Amino acid sequence: MAAKKIKNLNQIKNSTNILFNILFIILSFICIFPVVFVFSISISDEQSIQKYGYQIIPKILSNSAYVFLWNERKTILQAAFISIFVTAAGTVISVMLTTLMGYVLSRPVYKLKNFFTWVVFIPMIFNGGMLSGYVVNANILHLRNTVWALILPLALSSFNVVICKTFFRTTIPDSIIESAKIDGASQLVIFGRIVLPLSKPILATIGLFAAFGYWNDWFQSSLYITDKKLQSLQAMLNLVQSNIEYLANNPYGGLSMQMYKASMPTESVRMAIAIVIIIPIALVYPFFQRYFISGLTIGAVKG
Amino acid sequence: MKRIFNKSKENNHFKLKTKIKKWTMDDTELTILAIPSFIWYLLFAYLPMFGIIIAFKNYKISPGHGFVYSLFKSNWVGFDNFKYFIFSNAFTMLLRNTILYNIVFIILGVIVAVGFAMMISNLHSKFASKAYQTIMFFPYFMSWVVVAYFVYAVLSPEKGYLNGIITLLGGEKIMWYQEPKYWPFILTFMRIWKGMGYGMVIYLASITGIDYSLYEAAIIDGASKWQQAKFITLPCLKPIIVMMLILDTGKIFYSDFGLFYQIPAHIPQSLYSTVSTFDTYIYNAIQTQASIGRAAAASFFQSIACCITILLANWLVSKIDNENTII
Repeated sequence: MAAKKIKNLNQIKNSTNILFNILFIILSFICIFPVVFVFSISISDEQSIQKYGYQIIPKILSNSAYVFLWNERKTILQAAFISIFVTAAGTVISVMLTTLMGYVLSRPVYKLKNFFTWVVFIPMIFNGGMLSGYVVNANILHLRNTVWALILPLALSSFNVVICKTFFRTTIPDSIIESAKIDGASQLVIFGRIVLPLSKPILATIGLFAAFGYWNDWFQSSLYITDKKLQSLQAMLNLVQSNIEYLANNPYGGLSMQMYKASMPTESVRMAIAIVIIIPIALVYPFFQRYFISGLTIGAVKG
Repeated sequence: MKRIFNKSKENNHFKLKTKIKKWTMDDTELTILAIPSFIWYLLFAYLPMFGIIIAFKNYKISPGHGFVYSLFKSNWVGFDNFKYFIFSNAFTMLLRNTILYNIVFIILGVIVAVGFAMMISNLHSKFASKAYQTIMFFPYFMSWVVVAYFVYAVLSPEKGYLNGIITLLGGEKIMWYQEPKYWPFILTFMRIWKGMGYGMVIYLASITGIDYSLYEAAIIDGASKWQQAKFITLPCLKPIIVMMLILDTGKIFYSDFGLFYQIPAHIPQSLYSTVSTFDTYIYNAIQTQASIGRAAAASFFQSIACCITILLANWLVSKIDNENTII
């Protein structure tokens, strides 16, 4: 009670509080504004966009962009399917690989512990670079135009392995694992039945970061995917952007270019695709935000 | 059979205690668990390390043969690719851009994150504080592709919001995507915009971890809020600020590829020398399949430089605070 009283006495002045609140309201507004703005463009009438430019409050409302997306749903759903599949499969694979390695490294008496610690550690300070990575994935592993090119290269990060190892080491008592071993459980059983259920916070954090990473990825796509069937939503957005630049750089492309231009999605449609990508994030994000924050603080503990 | 098995279990336990190094059933099982991740590391982390030999070759495609064959058939050229890259005009420009942008991002990023974290921790309403945090963390979870669309909506020369305001006030339209002078500010702003929530949350976690009795003592001594921030909060945050600074400096040769490639609309020619970094240079070489050798040299240079800066940064951290080293 006394501590609370002191805290109350020690508050900042009311005027300062109001000032800070105003500042944070402005900042929050800056963070949200682009999403709202893009949404308004997506529900604006195409003609009014051409005439007045982008407006925060649409001059003439129109659902034509979403109707267009609905009519093109085959393409959109295909891309959405790829995005969802990559996100789901990628998250599972990523969490599995990360936690398995983290668990193995957290066992104090394992004979190959030092060896695997080095295996995990070296890539943290040295890597082959973007170009060698690309060459290996494309030409040696032949991942080009396969869905694995979107999943595997992003599956593991040494940093996450170390975080996992630290978590297992610090939160799961050795005595539990020892007693399971005495009861005759194999390491796989111990890992699956005891360690994983006790590690939900770290699983949630690593899984969520992986899921957002996969959902937001366009880079792998732009490197390895040319097949239209394997395009994710982000890749689609990226490609539309590239085509627009191409048009902007070749304004006098002749008749075929004019036809090409006519087949391009309109401005409101493009913004509508962006909204389709943001909506799942915006819906899921508030519920899982605390896991990100707890994850960030777990990451601060040294391994 | 079962008895033998049990007996060996007991032996295991005994050996654990006496630390006699002998391969056990446990070790086999753990090795099996480690194998999938180990294979991943071999394929996606260690195999590319050998890819750096491209940088020392004059890579030519042998028609009808695979990549590996072509690579081994190509001539060794020693450090020619590096010489060519380092003495080219591009190199100084890339080095300058990558390092200067990173320095600005690191310094501004810390100031903004620490400042806002200290302010938000002082708000009267905890609910409002949570709400601001949630909203300000949100941009962190959007990809640069989507953010590029936001930026385009504001900066588009014909229909953009900013040009709309400028013409309304009677000014001339600005061709944002063709004027290099604005881009350092735009990129810095976007970078801070996307990262401030994340940084704020990290520092806020440290602020809430500060022992409150320090503040109580200060209050009794009659310290003002400002003095408390200056003499308690900031000094308590100093270790983590230094840590973050050093760790970021370790990555100074890397750039956030999406930021530099997507926000300036895939880098038009007019912005090339203002927004190009090592990463965009290598990416362009991959996309155009031209001058692979030089790109490999650039890539290798970046890896080596990063390796050195990370080790240096880590050494510095170990001097300051042994607890926080990554190695």
